[in-house]
Amino acid sequence: MITMEHVTKRYGEGAAASVDDLSIEVPEGVTVALVGPSGCGKTTTMRMINRLIDPTEGRIVVNGADVRSVDPVIFRRHIGYVIQQVGLFPHMTIAQNVGAVPKLLGWSADRIAKRNDELMQLVGLDPEMLRRYPRQLSGGQRQRVGVARALAADPPVLLMDEPFGAIDPIARARLQEEFRQILRRVRKTVVLVTHDLDEAIRLGDRLAIMRDGKIVQYDTPDAILSHPADEFVENFVGLDRALKRLSLFTVETAMTKGAPNGKAGKVAAGTNLRDALALMAADNSEVLAVTDASGAVLGQLKRDAIFAV
Amino acid sequence: MTWAPKHIPEILAAAGQHLVLSLLSVLIGGIIAVALGIVCARRPRLYAFALTITGIIFVIPSLALFALMIPFLGLGMKPALVGLSSYCLLILLRNVVTGLRGVPEDILDAADGMGYGPWQRLVRIELPLALPLILSGIRIALVTVIGIATVAAFIDAGGLGTIILMGIDQNYPEKILVGGLLTAFIATFFDVLLSRTEKAIVRWRSD
Repeated sequence: MITMEHVTKRYGEGAAASVDDLSIEVPEGVTVALVGPSGCGKTTTMRMINRLIDPTEGRIVVNGADVRSVDPVIFRRHIGYVIQQVGLFPHMTIAQNVGAVPKLLGWSADRIAKRNDELMQLVGLDPEMLRRYPRQLSGGQRQRVGVARALAADPPVLLMDEPFGAIDPIARARLQEEFRQILRRVRKTVVLVTHDLDEAIRLGDRLAIMRDGKIVQYDTPDAILSHPADEFVENFVGLDRALKRLSLFTVETAMTKGAPNGKAGKVAAGTNLRDALALMAADNSEVLAVTDASGAVLGQLKRDAIFAV
Repeated sequence: MTWAPKHIPEILAAAGQHLVLSLLSVLIGGIIAVALGIVCARRPRLYAFALTITGIIFVIPSLALFALMIPFLGLGMKPALVGLSSYCLLILLRNVVTGLRGVPEDILDAADGMGYGPWQRLVRIELPLALPLILSGIRIALVTVIGIATVAAFIDAGGLGTIILMGIDQNYPEKILVGGLLTAFIATFFDVLLSRTEKAIVRWRSD
């Protein structure tokens, strides 16, 4: 879907490369998180995909077309774009904001209005909001509108630059979870830029860890957390990488049959293993009863089973 | 009040001329300032140069400015229009550029990333967002020009200045008063009208 081949970007003649001979392939329907410390070239890499920045060398192919061969303005209308500050147009209503790209594409007013309603439902906002102005919305609501706006013309590719960076931590976790659900429904090829490893793990099917304009490791979160490619990645993912890895799995994956003997704490089947382990540590226990939404016991979770994941 | 009631058509004609002269000057100045502002907004060196030129024009006394036009354009409406519209360029240009520069970077980035072309971005995003400042520039320019336009009577451009000038020549205070008050009234009227328009247009700014 997106292929970058030996892409280099230098700002100015003889300057150090911000992106250095980078190659990556993002398959269709996959979410890739470009993650790394600031200045590692992740944003530049993303912005070259929709030609907001042109590479100095190398080739970028999106949907089978070399991006150099297309009109960048028309091309960008078919790529969703979400940024940290959202960038909603303050003089336009939410309806006009969400319908901006469809309007550029020449859709009829009826079609835009219908699509707006669908999108509000998708991102979990009251269609009533369509008549408001961005200033009348909370930060979280604005970010949802930003996502709706990016999805408006149903683009196959979505680019997101620190999309949840400006939102408070509690709302952020909830939005990330909702966004994951949305992505599951719409099946987009997503390139997400973030400096937040937890966000990358939560949203990315694959992570590309970047440093000094190069990709150091490109793999699934599970593989990166269990086998960091080098010392840099190991330091970047942190001492608690084993715990972070546990957050990728739910209690269900390590659950065994039968109920625990005697008194035991309870954990919901959908909880991740990291939180389950935290519960065990709090109880000083080695086993938890796994329950479904109604509270019925489904099985048990043993500490050894967590460590064996 | 003995002169005014008998000369209402004459006074109205002068007021009409005054209005046309002022509005036309600000319209011409506005078109030039918007075009110049669009070109200058992202070019700081050019903007500094344009500010210097319009600043020099602004500090020339209005009577001298009109007098300077006479050799090229003669007497009447034409030199007055040129003089008045160049006179308000500084105010208008400064507001246009400040307005355009005030559009936040993230909004421009979003517009580019979504596929607005440079022209579409300017017309649909940048100018509407700069509009409140452009309008307040127009308001200040118009009020200023309505006042200065009285001086244009010296170069035979008509307007309420003619009545004031007549009053001075004939030592006839009522004419001075009528011309002066009417000018002040027109200026105040447009000040209020445009203030209200500004407020109506920026309604999205308030919650």
